[in-house]
Amino acid sequence: MNNRLVGWIVALIVLIAVPFVHSDPYHLHLLVLILIWSFAYTSWSIMGRFGLVSLGHGGFMGIGAYVTALLWNHLDISPWIGIPLSMATAGVLALVVAYPCFRFRITGHYFVLVTLALSGIVLQVITATRDYTGGSLGYTPRRAGGIAALQFDDKTTWYLIALAVWLAGLVIWRAIDRGMISRAMEAISEDEDAAAAAGVNVTAEKLKITLISALMTALAGALYCQYQMFISPDTVSGIAVSLQMVFAAIVGGVYVALGPTVGAAITILLAEVLRISFGTGAVGWDNLVYGVLLVLFIIFLPKGILGSVIDRITSPPKKPQRS
Amino acid sequence: MHAILDIFDIYFLEAVINGILLGGVLALLALGLNLIFGVIDVTWICYAELVMIGMYGMYYLVQVFGVPYWAAAPLVILLVALLGAALHFLVIAPLLTAPPINQLLATGGVLFILQSFATVAFGIDFKNLGIRLPVLSLGDMNFSYARLLSFAAALIGMVGVYLFLTRTFTGTAIRAIAQDRQIMPLMGVDAKRIYLITSAIGGGLAGLAACLLVLQYDVHPFVGLSFGPITFLICVLGGLGNFIGGFIAAFVFAEIISLGGLFSDLEWGYVLAFAFFIVMMFIRPAGLLARRS
Repeated sequence: MNNRLVGWIVALIVLIAVPFVHSDPYHLHLLVLILIWSFAYTSWSIMGRFGLVSLGHGGFMGIGAYVTALLWNHLDISPWIGIPLSMATAGVLALVVAYPCFRFRITGHYFVLVTLALSGIVLQVITATRDYTGGSLGYTPRRAGGIAALQFDDKTTWYLIALAVWLAGLVIWRAIDRGMISRAMEAISEDEDAAAAAGVNVTAEKLKITLISALMTALAGALYCQYQMFISPDTVSGIAVSLQMVFAAIVGGVYVALGPTVGAAITILLAEVLRISFGTGAVGWDNLVYGVLLVLFIIFLPKGILGSVIDRITSPPKKPQRS
Repeated sequence: MHAILDIFDIYFLEAVINGILLGGVLALLALGLNLIFGVIDVTWICYAELVMIGMYGMYYLVQVFGVPYWAAAPLVILLVALLGAALHFLVIAPLLTAPPINQLLATGGVLFILQSFATVAFGIDFKNLGIRLPVLSLGDMNFSYARLLSFAAALIGMVGVYLFLTRTFTGTAIRAIAQDRQIMPLMGVDAKRIYLITSAIGGGLAGLAACLLVLQYDVHPFVGLSFGPITFLICVLGGLGNFIGGFIAAFVFAEIISLGGLFSDLEWGYVLAFAFFIVMMFIRPAGLLARRS
């Protein structure tokens, strides 16, 4: 155990040291993107690993990004207050939609399609209120710079912020994994009625996990907005973003803490490699490869890359399990 | 004052009728999706993308190869039917024993594949058939022939499927397997074959919808996103697998979109439809026509 702790501390120090040793802005940019999206994918997996497959997370991410930017541009509210407000908005929306879902036992296909409607609504509202949000042309937070505006020009600061948030995501994952809630959720995902009979408050436990997941996703959206300084409905909200989360999480592995991170690294690096080697001719190719990989992974490796590797290490190779 | 009210009423009536016409095509899409869900217990998230491919098929046949519209349509229907069968054979069949969520997500992957395939192969420009059908004027109201034709063809397609399901042996087998998946193979029905046929019919309906939609809308790789989500909502609102529920829900949604678009932007029509859907899920979670337990 002590060895493990030492290992974690060394890994942490190495991660913190990266921008001071190797400060190539392009590489740091990629790392920041990977960390922010990893955090978003991790927050999706916190729900997804228990069989609560949501396609509404594109909506939460969009709310995080747009509410923060709109409050800053129109009402001069600093992102330091705007981000918690945007998270609260996403949280309230999550509760409003999820409570009746769980109360009336909307599960499986139905849950997926209800959440799909949610991300559809957010996308359409952003597009329809184009007088304020810029519609499908996208939106830019007003440039001010500095700590109050949470806008930094140097990549090192952003790298450290993204690293901290990403670590927080892993800590939350671990806390959930260790807590009673993961036992309860596992029981629920096996059999809701049996879990309820065993004294699990099904609705409350599901709501808790949904709320945590939605708040984290909104935070990811807000961070993405602050870092990129440009958001458009298609990059932070809608069904495509939701599917992208599902895809990366599944490729990396939904059931292990670092799985979504592996997924984010693979998808972002893949997109970059294709972009660099094919230039503008690569438009569409990255998604084509994603799609093929997603189908192949679901059929042959449903536990994802990292999950399967860990399985191989901890137990002798056997027939891959369908989960 | 009186005159303003009159104009308003006519616009209102026009929107109502246009809603009904839109509902026809939506009902056709919902029927295809419901058929596949009812029989195979799978939701094809990529259903609207099959329609998109069909629309491109029409565009290339008619515009590039100069095939007349009436000859191109059956070819496209056949093409998309084959695509549906291939989708089942390649993606769904290996996953039949996996949890339903995995099948749904795998078709999500197919959505990515088809969209980006279209981007790579056809480019992102908007393309249209270049056929301008005349506009029918009735009093002060205008309806495009394209919509009337679509509505009629959609109805014919639905009646055709209904007759097939009720009057033929294969159709009866399909309905039987939708009722009991375990027993029917014991009765001598080849489930694999029935699944393939059902997928092909589902694909064929998407192909028919493509032939009709291409008359009214430009085609581009992301066109599926503009009516795909609404089709799922229709199916869920009607009760997944419930043909009649889906039919009614299609018209309810079409009216909401059409009337919402009349009073404000088209996007608000969609927002209204989505919001209505979420509210309805809480009132009737199992679909419009389901009895509450």
